[in-house]
Amino acid sequence: MAEEIKKEAPANFKVTIDNITIEVAPGTTILNAARQIGGDVTPPAMCYYSKLQGSGGKCRTCLVEVAAGSTADPRPMPKLVASCRTNVMDGMIVKNITSDRVQDARAGVVEFLLLNHPLDCPICDQAGECHLQDLGYEHGKEGTRYEFKRRTFEKEDIGPYIQLHMTRCILCYRCTYVADQLTNNRVHGILDRGDHAEISTYISKAIDNDFSGNMIDVCPVGALTDKTFRFKNRVWFTKPMDAHRDCDKCCGKVTLWQRGDDVLRVTARKDEGGEVQSYEGKPGWICNTCRFDTKNTSDWVIEGPTKINRHSVISQGHYVGLVKPKETIAEVMGGRDPKLLMDIHSVSGVNSVEIAALPGPATSKNFIPESKQE
Amino acid sequence: MRLTNRSVEVNRKPMTFLESIYLWNIMKGMGITISHLFKRKATIKYPEQKRSFSKVFRGLHVLNRDAEGRENCTACGLCAVACPAEAITMEGAERLPGEEHLYREEKYAAKYEINMLRCIFCGLCEEACPKDAIYLSQTFAPANYGRKGFIYKKEDLLIPHPVNEPEAYQKALGEKASH
Repeated sequence: MAEEIKKEAPANFKVTIDNITIEVAPGTTILNAARQIGGDVTPPAMCYYSKLQGSGGKCRTCLVEVAAGSTADPRPMPKLVASCRTNVMDGMIVKNITSDRVQDARAGVVEFLLLNHPLDCPICDQAGECHLQDLGYEHGKEGTRYEFKRRTFEKEDIGPYIQLHMTRCILCYRCTYVADQLTNNRVHGILDRGDHAEISTYISKAIDNDFSGNMIDVCPVGALTDKTFRFKNRVWFTKPMDAHRDCDKCCGKVTLWQRGDDVLRVTARKDEGGEVQSYEGKPGWICNTCRFDTKNTSDWVIEGPTKINRHSVISQGHYVGLVKPKETIAEVMGGRDPKLLMDIHSVSGVNSVEIAALPGPATSKNFIPESKQE
Repeated sequence: MRLTNRSVEVNRKPMTFLESIYLWNIMKGMGITISHLFKRKATIKYPEQKRSFSKVFRGLHVLNRDAEGRENCTACGLCAVACPAEAITMEGAERLPGEEHLYREEKYAAKYEINMLRCIFCGLCEEACPKDAIYLSQTFAPANYGRKGFIYKKEDLLIPHPVNEPEAYQKALGEKASH
């Protein structure tokens, strides 16, 4: 029976998304078909991650309207459907940005996702590259109407490398899929149900798998962030540089987030959709050695600045085509020292602590007041 | 060609003797000078008298504290990214347990510097601040003999503690406290 259907089915399904027609292989989801078109047509996805099997269907931000089910049955679907979990049919007509219903529903979904979100973006290390932040601003939901107490959790330490902020979590389950599919033993998961559901390691067991750091990259919000980068700098003050090294465990292709010559953070390279880049069909996950333990510029072969969308706040840094200014004083003064030069480094207190070299966030223990130093 | 009718052609005739001793012109000038003795003075005696600033005057920066005296700033960097003169630098740090009375959020600015030589007092930092932590007060940066004195550190910018030094705090709030 199943084989008969396969025979009848055409090689490619024609699907129209926002009046753009594309041919895709049968079994493709609406979301992936829209991603093949690209641009504004692509619905946002907070939980679906193409490189993680079984992900998707949880956040409901990818809702689309199906105006015609297929050529054989052109009735519209009565409800909005999750595009990451709905496969295309031949002759399907999908409306995403052309549908007011979708935009309205998505704005509602964003508000629901932000219900318990603490909106502590000024503190959060993810701010500037956070998908939830982008989504909130795209739908004009950066504020909140919620007046009640938000859900809070006991702070939990899940190891020396990863910082968990459960209050920011939107329960997309991506990190658990990473642990399941990339590492050999998953030690964390989702405990409890409903409003109490939380990501936790069983009896606070530390996550020390070799590929556990990829949870940071897949987390769409600031729930899982890099502890070695914690509070060291804001994303938009660092300059992303593509770099690679020979690694026997992973592909070794990364983005270095630098400040001057210091490497503050190492992440996997991201594609346009914000997912980890693929090389020859394989996702470019990186190992914990590359991510956390090799933070010297000398460890890496730097290829050049990463291309960042010019609408992103990260491009505020103007790091592309950066040339280090040449010291001209000696030349101009003919070798003499200027008498009234103010060297900003001798006055400024910033950069007195080697923040990049610290294993974790700086605290008041690192910043000893000048009065006590003498 | 004359664009307007207001232009006067320069008189190039040689001066007469009466004109060349400038007596009339000197008296005319002195008349203007003396008349100013009886007019309202344009200046004030500065340190004793002070002019009131406009309500929207953008002066010296102040780093704010909340009612309990905890620092508002979380070192989010929005003021620094908004600053067109790139005058603001900061370093963030994590609040340790037991420091909750010092800092309002789990992250705080361990170092916060404004280079007053670069600052153009545009007030964009105040607009960008999501935590109400920085505002431009109604005084200006005092003069200094050296440029080193214009690198304002966090200690120079922080408002006095409202509980420990209430009088200094009220003074620092200035006219902003009333509205």
